[in-house]
Amino acid sequence: MTTEALPASPLEDLQARNLSRRFWMRLILGTIAGSCTALIYPILRYLSPPAEATVSTAEALAGTVGDLAPNSGKTFRFGSRPALLVRLATGEYRSMSAVCTHLGCTVQYRPEENKIWCACHNGCYDLNGKNVSGPPPRALDNYDVQVRGQEIYAIRKQAA
Amino acid sequence: MNRVVRAQTWIDERLDFAGLLSPLRNKTVPVHRHSAWYLLGGITLFLLLVQVCTGVLLLLYYRPTTAEAFESVQAITYHVHFGWLIRSLHSWSANLMVLCAFAHMFSVAFTRAYRKPRELTWISGVFLLFIVLGFGFSGYLLPWNTRAFFATKVGTEVAGQLPLFGHSIMVMMRGGEDVSGATLTRFFGLHVVILPSIAASMLICHLWLVQQFGISLPPSIELRWNENASQRNEMRFFPNFFLRELMGWYLVFGLLICLAVFLPWQLGVKADPFTPAPPGIKPEWYFLAQFQTLKLLPSRALFVDGEVLGIVAFGLGATLWVGLPFIEQMLGDGGRRSVRLGILVALLYLAVMSVLGYVAK
Repeated sequence: MTTEALPASPLEDLQARNLSRRFWMRLILGTIAGSCTALIYPILRYLSPPAEATVSTAEALAGTVGDLAPNSGKTFRFGSRPALLVRLATGEYRSMSAVCTHLGCTVQYRPEENKIWCACHNGCYDLNGKNVSGPPPRALDNYDVQVRGQEIYAIRKQAA
Repeated sequence: MNRVVRAQTWIDERLDFAGLLSPLRNKTVPVHRHSAWYLLGGITLFLLLVQVCTGVLLLLYYRPTTAEAFESVQAITYHVHFGWLIRSLHSWSANLMVLCAFAHMFSVAFTRAYRKPRELTWISGVFLLFIVLGFGFSGYLLPWNTRAFFATKVGTEVAGQLPLFGHSIMVMMRGGEDVSGATLTRFFGLHVVILPSIAASMLICHLWLVQQFGISLPPSIELRWNENASQRNEMRFFPNFFLRELMGWYLVFGLLICLAVFLPWQLGVKADPFTPAPPGIKPEWYFLAQFQTLKLLPSRALFVDGEVLGIVAFGLGATLWVGLPFIEQMLGDGGRRSVRLGILVALLYLAVMSVLGYVAK
């Protein structure tokens, strides 16, 4: 009778079985985790809409001469966003983005106070679009204004 | 054996209906001077049922596109028979449901009903309140009117201010960079399919936990009852409490009908993304406190933009609120007073800010 023929000690047997159980547990958990990731990733990607292939708008028709009385303002479309055209009491035109830098509401010109105002959270900007009071953290984007014949155009400023 | 009994026996032999209902038969409700607060959870549930019924009816005529949403709600209000009533009931019961859910939550908080073993009941309840607020937020956009448009713009922008993934979350919510038809479609899906499914599962969990642990006693009354067993007073859930609850439902339904008939819900003006936000624009009353906070915060605070600070603080507040039972456990016996004070401060903050937001021009 030789020792080689004997079965492994109960302890070794248990260790081997535990190892084997651990291996299978890891394999099953790994498979579940992998499957979940493989399922969730496409869903998350599906939920994020594809980027729109729009060219950044360089200029937009803001209105026509005679649209605005002195000391008044109007909103117009600048690409997919609203923008503001203001005619000062002096007759000069100013234009800027109408999207409030606080939480994205659409701002308006207040002729009685000569300022640009957001009704949502009471943010105020001066006529250069600079944030002067209330919660807005930044100035509004300014546009250049060009009058071509009877049409008034707002033009995005070139990056310096 | 008459027909009813025979039908009952037939069902019982197959489904063991009597066995299923037995936990309800043995359920009792404590009777003491604060017992009326126990009705609030059930009333919130009733209002949710009104929401489901009126919501399904509105679905028959509503069309979730920017070209047709406002017009379809207009048609429901002015052309469909009793459409005005169904829509008003839906809007008013939504508001009353939020009110009852808040009142229920604060009654639970003040009577410390969240203490062991009911921590999970508290958490599921707070999540249900968040879901209810989600229903309010997503449903608000569906008529596609000016107020709804700007409320959604601000609300989704708030999500966009969150650190790290904020912008991705905002784009995911809006279905693009701006609030548009894609947002309406998403909010519609959220309001009528996704949130109802989550709410139903969460509600089942909440009710099962309530059933599992029974009705909680306020600590002072529990102490008194434990010291003197003769003071213990309970009523059977079925039929005694159930009938009282039904009376509560009936009264609330009466109030709801009065509100819908005498103060019908207004439709407003169709949203135009290129017109300025109208003066005096405000969100629904249950978001007024957050709205007013964001209005009062300066543009820069503690080295960050004011709104970012506000939004992070709201998130932190909500997390602390969910973890209330555990915070109390961590603080030990001495911390109970601080927790109670914290709950009171939270309630006062919400109330004062909401009133300020309401009266502000």
